[in-house]
Amino acid sequence: MSAAQAVTVANFEAEVLQSTTPVLVDFWAEWCGPCRAVGPIVDEIATEHAGKIKVVKLNTDEEAAIAMKYGIMSIPTLNVFVGGQVVKTIVGAKPKPALLKELAEYL
Amino acid sequence: MSEIQNEVDVVIVGSGPAGYTAAIYAARAQLKPVMYEGSITAGGALMNTTEVENFPGFPEGVMGPDLMDSMRKQAEKFGTKLITDDIVEMKLAGELKVLTDGSGNTVHAKAVILATGSAYKEIGLTNEKRLSGRGVSWCATCDGFFFRDKVVAIVGGGDSAMEEANFLTRFASKVVLIHRRDSLRASKIMADRAMANPKIEFLWNTEVIDVLGADQMTGLRLKSTVDGSESEQNFDGLFIAIGHVPRSELIIGQIDLDAEGYVQVQGRSSRTNLTGVFACGDLVDHTYRQAITAAGTGCEAALDAERFLSGH
Repeated sequence: MSAAQAVTVANFEAEVLQSTTPVLVDFWAEWCGPCRAVGPIVDEIATEHAGKIKVVKLNTDEEAAIAMKYGIMSIPTLNVFVGGQVVKTIVGAKPKPALLKELAEYL
Repeated sequence: MSEIQNEVDVVIVGSGPAGYTAAIYAARAQLKPVMYEGSITAGGALMNTTEVENFPGFPEGVMGPDLMDSMRKQAEKFGTKLITDDIVEMKLAGELKVLTDGSGNTVHAKAVILATGSAYKEIGLTNEKRLSGRGVSWCATCDGFFFRDKVVAIVGGGDSAMEEANFLTRFASKVVLIHRRDSLRASKIMADRAMANPKIEFLWNTEVIDVLGADQMTGLRLKSTVDGSESEQNFDGLFIAIGHVPRSELIIGQIDLDAEGYVQVQGRSSRTNLTGVFACGDLVDHTYRQAITAAGTGCEAALDAERFLSGH
């Protein structure tokens, strides 16, 4: 069970855009090897930094409209949303220390 | 920061056909190998492929990730300790090798088998990096989905480029394969398949010299390798499959590498110039770079390590 909640078109507005804390959205798909590799790392970040940053997962296969809206053309892509806006985009699977460094200001 | 295990016989760095095969042999030799699979690279290059048709024993073909999962299970079954982390530092000289992982743990080993494989080669253009994830991709199986009914370019001339071009035709309306020469180095079966695919067009004797687009890739600037003429063409995406570079960055200066960064091994063996350090797979191989040859050299590395340890 993932520590990060799945978001869909039904709750994206409430969970991501209206969130009062920064939100890390993991755009992923079942058939993407690097997504499966980085998934557990994203889960760890969700657990270890709960309260500071909210971590959610968006299945680009099932929620193609949202992925398209945010111009996702490569997965995994990790987007940080603050106040409904994308403030950071990380493309490609990276090791945990590299991700933590990129996300430092939101943790 | 804790010590996982103070001292072990053999550590295998990197997974993939070479690493897992080394692990299977070392584990069956009762060496209790510890393998650092890599935090995001576990399973190696085959994790991003679809069907593997040339690995012996699978007449119907096998999916790359499934093949790697089977090798992993086989390594684990015989007692390999698998750690899903990266090695970030290695001190390989001396009798006990010291390795540090991404979580800050250190392990000491009498023997080390290097199987770190290779990484995607980049064309080396500034805009290639800038537009990565904005139309530029190194992974057709990951990103092909986002190019439904779009026109994409793929650059490369080997088996990987052919496989990815064929895969991309599931989604794209047209795939243009750009190659700087007028013939392919891909195997005949893969080349024939790509040439027979009505959605694939070939642009021969052509190099990509720039990726165009502000926030999203819109096209490519191309140069003829025959007469040097330049042109621009619209594309929604660019997939890069121009080969690989050995992942030897952690051992530069410690181990003898050749001019391209591949680890040099002694004769028909996996022995490096450092006692107790063995290398296998794509890290040592500029020539063959197949799953089966990587597995073969992984076996050699485990046998060489076993022989070394028994005389220790």
